[in-house]
Amino acid sequence: MYRIVGKKELAENVDEFVIEAPEIARKAKPGQFVIVRVTARGERIPLTIADKDPEQGTITLMVQRVGKSTYHMSCFEEGNALKDVVGPLGKPTHLEKWGHVVAVGGGLGLAPIHHICQGVKEYGNELTVIMGFRSRELVFWEEKMEILADRVIVTTNDGSYGMKGLVTDALLNLIESGTKIDMVICAGPVPMMKAVADLTRPYGIPTVASLNPIMVDGTGMCGACRVTVGGEVKFACVDGPEFDAHQVDFDELMNRLRMFKELEKKAMEEFQRKHCGCRRG
Amino acid sequence: MARKEIIKKKVPVPERDPKERVKDFREVKLGYTPQLAMEEAKRCLQCAHSPCVEACPVRVPIPQFIKLIEEGKFVEAARKIKEENILPSVCGRVCPQEIQCEGACVVGKVGDPVAIGALEAFAGDHEASVGYEKFPIPEKSGKRVAIVGSGPASIACAADLLKWGHDVTIFEALHEPGGVLVYGIPEFRLPNEIVKRELRFLEEMGAKIVLNFVVGKTKTIYELLEEFDAVFIGSGAGLPYMLNIEGLNLNGVYSANEFLTRIIFMGANWFPEVDTPVYVGKRVAVIGGGNTAMDVARTAVRLEGVEEVYVVYRRSESEMPARVEEVHHAKEEGVIFKTLTNPVRFVGENGWVTGVECVKMELGEPDESGRRRPVPIPGSEFILEVDTVVMAIGQGPNPVVVEGVKEIRRGKKGEILVDPETLMTDLPGVFAGGDVIRGGSTVIVAMGDGRKAAKSIHEYLMSTSK
Ligand SMILES: Cc1cc2nc3c(=O)[nH]c(=O)nc-3n(C[C@H](O)[C@H](O)[C@H](O)COP(=O)(O)OP(=O)(O)OC[C@H]3O[C@@H](n4cnc5c(N)ncnc54)[C@H](O)[C@@H]3O)c2cc1C
Ligand SMILES: Cc1cc2nc3c(=O)[nH]c(=O)nc-3n(C[C@H](O)[C@H](O)[C@H](O)COP(=O)(O)OP(=O)(O)OC[C@H]3O[C@@H](n4cnc5c(N)ncnc54)[C@H](O)[C@@H]3O)c2cc1C
Ligand code: SF4
Ligand code: SF4
Ligand code: FES
Repeated sequence: MYRIVGKKELAENVDEFVIEAPEIARKAKPGQFVIVRVTARGERIPLTIADKDPEQGTITLMVQRVGKSTYHMSCFEEGNALKDVVGPLGKPTHLEKWGHVVAVGGGLGLAPIHHICQGVKEYGNELTVIMGFRSRELVFWEEKMEILADRVIVTTNDGSYGMKGLVTDALLNLIESGTKIDMVICAGPVPMMKAVADLTRPYGIPTVASLNPIMVDGTGMCGACRVTVGGEVKFACVDGPEFDAHQVDFDELMNRLRMFKELEKKAMEEFQRKHCGCRRG
Repeated sequence: MARKEIIKKKVPVPERDPKERVKDFREVKLGYTPQLAMEEAKRCLQCAHSPCVEACPVRVPIPQFIKLIEEGKFVEAARKIKEENILPSVCGRVCPQEIQCEGACVVGKVGDPVAIGALEAFAGDHEASVGYEKFPIPEKSGKRVAIVGSGPASIACAADLLKWGHDVTIFEALHEPGGVLVYGIPEFRLPNEIVKRELRFLEEMGAKIVLNFVVGKTKTIYELLEEFDAVFIGSGAGLPYMLNIEGLNLNGVYSANEFLTRIIFMGANWFPEVDTPVYVGKRVAVIGGGNTAMDVARTAVRLEGVEEVYVVYRRSESEMPARVEEVHHAKEEGVIFKTLTNPVRFVGENGWVTGVECVKMELGEPDESGRRRPVPIPGSEFILEVDTVVMAIGQGPNPVVVEGVKEIRRGKKGEILVDPETLMTDLPGVFAGGDVIRGGSTVIVAMGDGRKAAKSIHEYLMSTSK
């Protein structure tokens, strides 16, 4: 059992969990993730290691409620325990001293972005973070990013906070203002990552995306997570989850994420019917 | 001894009616009753040269245990088997007996071979029903061994190491132990409860099982060597091969591993009672002709809403690597075989698979393996309309476990290379066995490796002790 030692709600539909997992905390590197099973009947869901504290033996996960498993997890409080947590999985982010790095994150993408940014700074890079949200109430982790980055740009779709627009608008501004950018790292919803890749491609700015396909085992055993990168089939859980964004077939990834849509809806309805006792159910 | 009269017909093993059994995942074979087992045991001629034993990879003392069954000494029979094979209930069910023990049985030359497998399973189950006898544990050696993976190779290795008084810790990547026995082979062939009780027994004998621990990720082999005196790698062959043809990544196309893991391991057939979903349509094509393909096909026929299940195999039926019994069971359960048929691409619509374009094959000249090579018949292409495809075309060893360990060499298929005598890798103190050194074999061969490695580990530990 993996005890939850801290929990807070970051924004509407987003929770932060601090979980006791000493061995994982000791080994976790930027870009890696864990697979969590909330209960004995739960499915295996991948969640990025957003932060770690090897001394305390804890890892931090940031969970956006999108369906049954993530809603169920949000019912868990400090002192409760998750059934299974395994990791750290995936290849760590490839890090080096590039110069000026722009990290672009939206929604749940901020989990990988946060940990990756720690690494980016350790290598002595200049760091700009662009974080996008739909509106003001959904903004979180701005301070956390401010501690890390040289510059933080927050965008909201409705303009209720920070810059009005999408993360790509902010990125385009930077590029057009003549700022030298040596590397872009992005994570978040697939359409966002695709837009970032499309934006940086003509400028020839190296761009890495942290992909989030459906996974089961997370160790290269099932092939559920396969993605096409540069025309080749890769298993995101072992070959990734980060790949050259200019080579990724994002449309295919988007399609594959729909594979269980109907069933997921059914699971969520069942869950809501049964979990009336829970504050969110 | 007076020559025994040969009884040509075997006592049939009671099985559930195909119409009934396709509705659930419970075991198909009901197994012998004590009376039936004793009757079948009479058919063994107790051959002095026992060719059956020669043909068993671990040399189970077959005539001896069958004699004990004939005499009604069932528990003794099980213990006799366990001198060589600690999982009689498992092997009796899943060994390819027709090419091993039973394939060599003298009675088989004139009639049905003695049902060695069924008798072995009977003895194992009987012993379990009365309770296992714990083996005496000698004084602790003070040596600690880490075992990677919890499949049959690891189980066999752990049991022997415990008998020599060594401390054993098993590290398993998944959230339940048992390897392919629990995540691959379906319940209707091998109930999980059987595997669970063997693992419980190992734990009672002192083995520690750590779940959710991926060696190579959570800790490396080097880190294990700091804590343990030796390491055994029994991580299996879990890397699925993919048919690299057009449409591979369409929705509805699975690897056998994903399909079986979702259903057999995660229980997706109970969805939404459990959280893991599996999508299957009405018509399913399974590609391949091995045991895995049969397991997938027989699993698919049991799912709600599935109307037709095809097995698409490029050679002819006589070349199928699957056990004869499994092919027979699959046919009884309504699986349709499309042999001499090769998939050339997956066709789809709106991102979902709608069919498999296949080409008809004919058998040409024999290839290196001696099997006649299938060659496509020009112009014979056709589309098999399906909404789910499962690829069961084999698997290789997963590299995660030894990633970054330079001393451990790997072969062409990614298999870990070991000294064939000791099963030690080039990294002293690290041994390997089972599918990870063979790239896929059988339960009993994996167990044989586990025992062989245990013996070498024991010798290694004793020679390195101060
Ligand atoms: C490497 C990786 C890291 C991730 N990190 C985070 C993170 O830090 N925080 C976060 O909130 N989310 C993260 N995700 C996404 C998260 O795993 C899914 O949101 C979660 O599995 C959804 O489960 P559900 O039952 O709540 O929703 P469902 O209703 O089951 O699914 C909602 C949608 O999530 C996706 N999804 C479903 N099952 C899986 C699965 N087993 N694996 C991956 N995606 C799935 C599908 O697109 C689906 O349509 C990550 C995904 C990957 C692959
Ligand atoms: C569907 C299917 C049907 C089969 N049917 C038959 C049959 O009827 N008869 C027969 O004799 N054989 C059959 N086989 C083959 C047989 O199951 C295997 O040969 C046998 O299980 C191999 O045993 P093993 O101990 O080497 O590995 P496995 O059983 O594969 O066990 C390996 C274990 O190691 C774990 N592991 C892997 N990597 C790591 C890591 N890095 N860290 C920690 N743990 C790790 C895995 O999760 C797994 O639990 C079948 C195989 C399949 C897939
Ligand atoms: S272990 Fe397998 S091959 Fe050996 S006797 Fe038993 S069933 Fe036959
Ligand atoms: S070969 Fe057949 S008859 Fe002879 S000992 Fe073996 S099982 Fe008995
Ligand atoms: S999640 Fe199974 S292979 Fe990647």
